[in-house]
Amino acid sequence: MRAVAPEAPAWPDTTVLPGAAAPPDESPVGETVIAARDLGVTFAAGGHETVALTGVDLTIRKGEFVSLIGPSGCGKTTLLRLIADLTQATSGSLTVNGTTPAEARQQRAYGYVFQAPALYPWRNVERNVMLPLEVMGLPRAERQQRAARVLDLVGLGEFRRRFPWQLSGGMQQRASIARALSFEPRLLLMDEPFGALDEITRDGLTLHLHQLWRRTGLTAVFVTHSVLEAVFLSTRIVVMSSRPGRVVAVINSRLPRERDLDVRETPQFLAVAHEVRVALREGHEDG
Amino acid sequence: MNRVLPVLCVLAVVIAVWFAASVPMNWSQAQALADDDATWTDIAEATQSLSRPLLPTPAQVAGEMVTTLVGYPVTSPRSLLHHALVTAWESALGLAISLAAGIALAVGIVYVRTLDRTLMPWLVASQAIPVLAIAPMVVVVLGNIGVTGVLPKALIAGWLSFFPITTGMVKGLRSSDVMQRDLLHTYSATKLQAFTKLRWPASMAFLFPAMKVAAPLALVGAIVAELPTGAQAGLGARLLTGSYYGLTLQIWAALLMAALLAVLAIGLVDAAQALLVRSRGGRL
Repeated sequence: MRAVAPEAPAWPDTTVLPGAAAPPDESPVGETVIAARDLGVTFAAGGHETVALTGVDLTIRKGEFVSLIGPSGCGKTTLLRLIADLTQATSGSLTVNGTTPAEARQQRAYGYVFQAPALYPWRNVERNVMLPLEVMGLPRAERQQRAARVLDLVGLGEFRRRFPWQLSGGMQQRASIARALSFEPRLLLMDEPFGALDEITRDGLTLHLHQLWRRTGLTAVFVTHSVLEAVFLSTRIVVMSSRPGRVVAVINSRLPRERDLDVRETPQFLAVAHEVRVALREGHEDG
Repeated sequence: MNRVLPVLCVLAVVIAVWFAASVPMNWSQAQALADDDATWTDIAEATQSLSRPLLPTPAQVAGEMVTTLVGYPVTSPRSLLHHALVTAWESALGLAISLAAGIALAVGIVYVRTLDRTLMPWLVASQAIPVLAIAPMVVVVLGNIGVTGVLPKALIAGWLSFFPITTGMVKGLRSSDVMQRDLLHTYSATKLQAFTKLRWPASMAFLFPAMKVAAPLALVGAIVAELPTGAQAGLGARLLTGSYYGLTLQIWAALLMAALLAVLAIGLVDAAQALLVRSRGGRL
């Protein structure tokens, strides 16, 4: 019996973003999208220094879904912000799509989803989703087309004209994801997007996100503190620990590429989750 | 209807108290003018229809307003409507000036760090200066350089009303949160785009309350600017001539007209806000 969350829509089979490759059946070994070598960030504030991140070596390839998991203060959000060029590294090197993060940001290589929906309350859902398209200067007709497509993809098609405060938290976060996808980036960066939601909504949205990823062939980097989310969604799980923020372990997920919520009870899932928890504990003890 | 009813109730109470107060306030004058055999009732009646009462009754004021509003052509200096329109025009111009100046100053304070640190004390000081004392000097100086008529009064009206708009807009332009700004950063939006798409719409929630404060201030500024300058037209001028010739009815009619203009001004700001709220789906 499939677990279906209350908000899960029926996925129309024909809804695929243009330009997306047909989802492959095996884990793709594609080109490198993100390459970090000995990456570090030290914040100097009020006289003393905080080492937010140190010695991070990480390679993320096209089509992967990589989760960053760890306790608070382990630098996972900082690492995501480095990739997004919202923060600058103080040591080491980082390339996104082969160039600097700043250059990748100028090329609009990624969509970013924050912890809160960060929708503009004076715009309705459709106009919120069209915001990046407006900034990029697309003509109105094309903006509306893309917005309609991506809103259908996340199942908010009938709520186009509603305003953010008229939607539930889960729907707002879906709108935020739609906005991040509206200009069809190949890379999706998400910072604990489901953290503020209740478990039932989270389950539904996690499943959505997984199906979206399979359909579109995106590369995704997903920050979370939930082991279940990390193991369910990812092809690889990067376990981090704090003081100083660093990578403790990188775990490959051996789960099949096509998953539904029931996979969470299979022995393979529990084995991977166990590995993650062990790594988290070790990181905690070392730090 | 249930928004108008409380206002009408309060209005009815105010008018009742006003009527009641007019009897004792006008008593000594009525008594002095009455015949020796007048009774209390006669004197009480007389208090309601004195020609230069200390406290005109609501009926007298209403009567005076109606006569001077419709009884004379709009171009005549005897028409209250003429003076009301002059003052309304001066304050509208003043409000437009204060909007432009207030918004420009706010944008400067938010975007230019030096202005942020140095400008605010000067703006506060500009409000601490008593306008009534400065207004005649300002008008004379402006008159010397050829600026006469409506503009000096509009400038003083603007002076009195720009500060709430500046402070409101500064707060409004800074009211967006970090995530909303970071979002635009991830799109490589220009500073102008960040202004038009985020900061300006976010500041509307602060601009309209500020304008509700600024609109009556502009009206007060226009009237105050007319007072010391020997102006020919406007509600302030009407107050002056009324007090010069001892025409209390004229003074009261002018005061009430000014109050009505203030209500109208705030009503217009409310209407503009309602239009914006409608385009935003019901919330500012």
